[in-house]
Amino acid sequence: MEYFIELFFSGLTRGSIYALIALGYTMVYGIIGLINFAHGEIYMIGAFTSFIVATVLSILGFPLLAIFVIAALAAAVWSSAYGFTVEKLAYKPLRNAPRLSPLISAIGMSIFLQNYVLLAQTSDFMPFPQLIPEFGFMEPIAGIIGSSDLVILLTTAVVMVILTWLIKFTRIGKAMRATAQDRTMAMLVGINVNHVISVTFIIGSALAAIGGLLIASHVGQINFFIGFIAGIKAFTAAVLGGIGSIPGAVLGSFILGLTEAFATGYVSSDYEDVFAFSLLVLILIFRPSGLLGKATIEKV
Amino acid sequence: MTEKTTPDTPILEVSGLTMDFGGIRALDHLDLRIRQGEIVALIGPNGAGKTTVFNCLTGIYKPTSGELLRTPTGLATRRLNGLKPNKVTQQGLARTFQNIRLFPNMTVLENVMIGRHCRTRATVLGAIFRDRKTVREEKKIVALAYSILKKIGLADMINEFAKNLPYGAQRRLEIARALATDPTILLLDEPAAGMNPHETAELDELITGIRDDGLSILLIEHDMKLVMSLSDHIFVMDYGKKIAEGSPNNVRNNPAVIKAYLGEDVEDA
Amino acid sequence: MISLKDLKNAFLVSLWFVFLTFPLMVIKVNPFERTIDWRWQNMGYVAAGSFICYLASRFFLASKAAKQKKQKLLDIPDKPKSDWQQRLLSEPRLYLPVLGVILAILLIFPQIFSTYQINIMITALMYVVLGLGLNIVVGVAGLLDLGYVAFYAVGAYSYALLNLHFGLGFWAVLPIGGLLAAGFGIILGFPVLRLRGDYLAIVTLGFGEIIRLILENWNDFSRGPSGISNIPRPGFFGMEMTLNQSISYLYYLMIALVIFTIFVVNRLQNSRIGRAWFALREDEIACQAMGIDKTRTKLSAFSLGAFWAGMVGVIFAAKTTFVNPASFTFLESAIILCIVVLGGMGSIIGVIIAALILMLLPEYLRAFSDYRMLVFGATLVLMMVFCPLGIISTVRRTYTIDKNLKTSNDREDYT
Repeated sequence: MEYFIELFFSGLTRGSIYALIALGYTMVYGIIGLINFAHGEIYMIGAFTSFIVATVLSILGFPLLAIFVIAALAAAVWSSAYGFTVEKLAYKPLRNAPRLSPLISAIGMSIFLQNYVLLAQTSDFMPFPQLIPEFGFMEPIAGIIGSSDLVILLTTAVVMVILTWLIKFTRIGKAMRATAQDRTMAMLVGINVNHVISVTFIIGSALAAIGGLLIASHVGQINFFIGFIAGIKAFTAAVLGGIGSIPGAVLGSFILGLTEAFATGYVSSDYEDVFAFSLLVLILIFRPSGLLGKATIEKV
Repeated sequence: MTEKTTPDTPILEVSGLTMDFGGIRALDHLDLRIRQGEIVALIGPNGAGKTTVFNCLTGIYKPTSGELLRTPTGLATRRLNGLKPNKVTQQGLARTFQNIRLFPNMTVLENVMIGRHCRTRATVLGAIFRDRKTVREEKKIVALAYSILKKIGLADMINEFAKNLPYGAQRRLEIARALATDPTILLLDEPAAGMNPHETAELDELITGIRDDGLSILLIEHDMKLVMSLSDHIFVMDYGKKIAEGSPNNVRNNPAVIKAYLGEDVEDA
Repeated sequence: MISLKDLKNAFLVSLWFVFLTFPLMVIKVNPFERTIDWRWQNMGYVAAGSFICYLASRFFLASKAAKQKKQKLLDIPDKPKSDWQQRLLSEPRLYLPVLGVILAILLIFPQIFSTYQINIMITALMYVVLGLGLNIVVGVAGLLDLGYVAFYAVGAYSYALLNLHFGLGFWAVLPIGGLLAAGFGIILGFPVLRLRGDYLAIVTLGFGEIIRLILENWNDFSRGPSGISNIPRPGFFGMEMTLNQSISYLYYLMIALVIFTIFVVNRLQNSRIGRAWFALREDEIACQAMGIDKTRTKLSAFSLGAFWAGMVGVIFAAKTTFVNPASFTFLESAIILCIVVLGGMGSIIGVIIAALILMLLPEYLRAFSDYRMLVFGATLVLMMVFCPLGIISTVRRTYTIDKNLKTSNDREDYT
């Protein structure tokens, strides 16, 4: 039973990270109908930036809490900057191009960013400084849920609440929802669509960066290639929940995280990635609109 | 074609055609029939569901209920329900599209040659080895496509990309492409849209010519002058329902039709 | 051409990129020795590079716009951009001598150059065939297949395994590998046919990764990550060959395969099936409405594209005498896709040129080879943004019609 609960919490932790990344996919897809293939790389850049900043600060002897906060801020700022720039360079010029063009451009961007980090930094796995201490009050249940799991779950919950507020109750949130429903109409009623798209990329990237920081400090190491698998899995989660739907992405992420945790815990860890890919293929074939998504009819 | 048909036997019969999109009923128990060699027009205000009828007939949408029957003279009746679009075309129904859907980066001749696909059978091996049968078939395709283009009046542009044609020529090319599939019923979705009066007059002649070749035509059109001059029979639709049918004169004076087009009087409302 | 405003913008852009690349380009930490390396010179490179790139792209776009304006003013219709290309490619008198010279160079190549050079050339030629194969799927039929490498793996492993267990030779497996890959194309293609373009891309990516992961984890079948070694090189009527001889032999074999591929692919493109593929790429709904069976057409494109990957896979196994799953990652698919995109979707000559450029340039510009994947990624983006038609746009076949042609179907003119 204890093993079950342990797996359950590890699944929730995984799910939280997937959710932070999946939100970026689903928001971008909702607004411009593009599978932002480079999103996994934005997450990786977030992790790498926080790695660099945290290591520098710890060498300079800053206290742990300050390192955590500054590293998180730096990761969010720079990931957002990358997300913003990628959109301006690789997707904006292709707004009216055939559907596959921006996708190919996104794949190119993904390969480019991976190798950019590889060349600018290193191809080795780097040890990530431990930013989350083992809390004293967690000791009695440390065998079931670790301190970093707790921090990840809490952070994700806070971020979700802020995001929901942002989308439901703010001006820009309203503009985002309008643009997602009908871009031309949004433009006609005076919404600056380019601005909305940029903001979407910035928010999505910042969320991914937080996810990057959390998972890196949880796992304890990073390299330039972590974005690929994480990106695919988060995309799977987004599709599972119904791409374009924000609650769907969160739901899909938790389902994926939990099933993965139980499958690796009870069955075998060799085929962990095969499992995620197979799930992706099966959903797309049998229910491409996902759990909470709406099926679309093509106009003729 | 040479066979004499009695005017009363339809070659296409639609009964009780209903189509729901989610909660919206786009077509509501619609009945239509087309007889051999007839030009039948389908008219109605925007959003009446005319194009939806075409999409159901050609297998692009699956109707919620209703019967689509193809009753070729002298042959067994065939249900069109549930057939894929390409099978419908094989049954002799060919269509054009409201928003032109040519193959823009293929030449004019190739666009028409595509129409021959379902009437030819060259295989992959034939394509690689170019045996005599395949070569002969290929020659026939080119010849037939060219002869259709000559009739349509596009013979001097065969190697032009379809996207580079002027608008009117693109609409004609769509008709040529549909003709290449050897249809017995031609479905034209607003063929005169965006044409000037001169082009429309040419189109009138073209459609009459096609009918004189023995084809039946189902036509969606907003240009009432064209509809009145061409049609043998008119169906009027509004909100997915048939509100009137009959000869052009009949329909012109039908109060229900006038109401649908011009709206009700303020006093009645 | 360049105004003061452009210069000011270029300055702002380079400032932005300096900020953007600051943590990753400038700081390098060593967490083991706890040292920080500040690489300030990189900041200068980034600033200068982005400044120049911005001005270059402004210049490019401005000249493009000016050209279009001029065309509009003179009322020149939107001509295909490369008239001389079209002429060169459509007139045998012009291209046959060029072809002859190229062929002659290719044939004496192994006599002049070292084994090392020949090996590079063999690899490049393998990518020519892979590019032509994927071109059928992506370029001609418009189905974005991101898992093409799976078929390559099927070919390579079919030679390795059939040779290991049944002792089958290279020549026996070459067609078998191709056919097996084509079969896999149908099996994998069948469930994904209903999917929209971008979903299809992701599912094929998933399939590619699944096949690689299975090869990696199913030790009993594929010997896992350590792979299969001691695969024999291709034989020639049982002749004993030195290493150099067998490499030259493989080279000629590859040349023959390239010519065979060009021949077949060219004939396919100009056939009933090829036209159906093009139509499918142009407009799926219209294509169906014209009586083309979407399922069959897509499957034929999938399997005929996969066929070449299978054959090249067999050759790859024979060339390296060793296969393991690490050779069949997604990046491999991306490189082949890059060849197709750079070559101009659907253009045979374009794909050949692109494959040779992308494979040979990094080898010969040694300083460049670290930046290979970086350049590939950038190429995909830049091609899509600036030149989506590729370096050589598709040449459609032109037909000449005998005007006095009488056909049995000749009817009176309608108009």
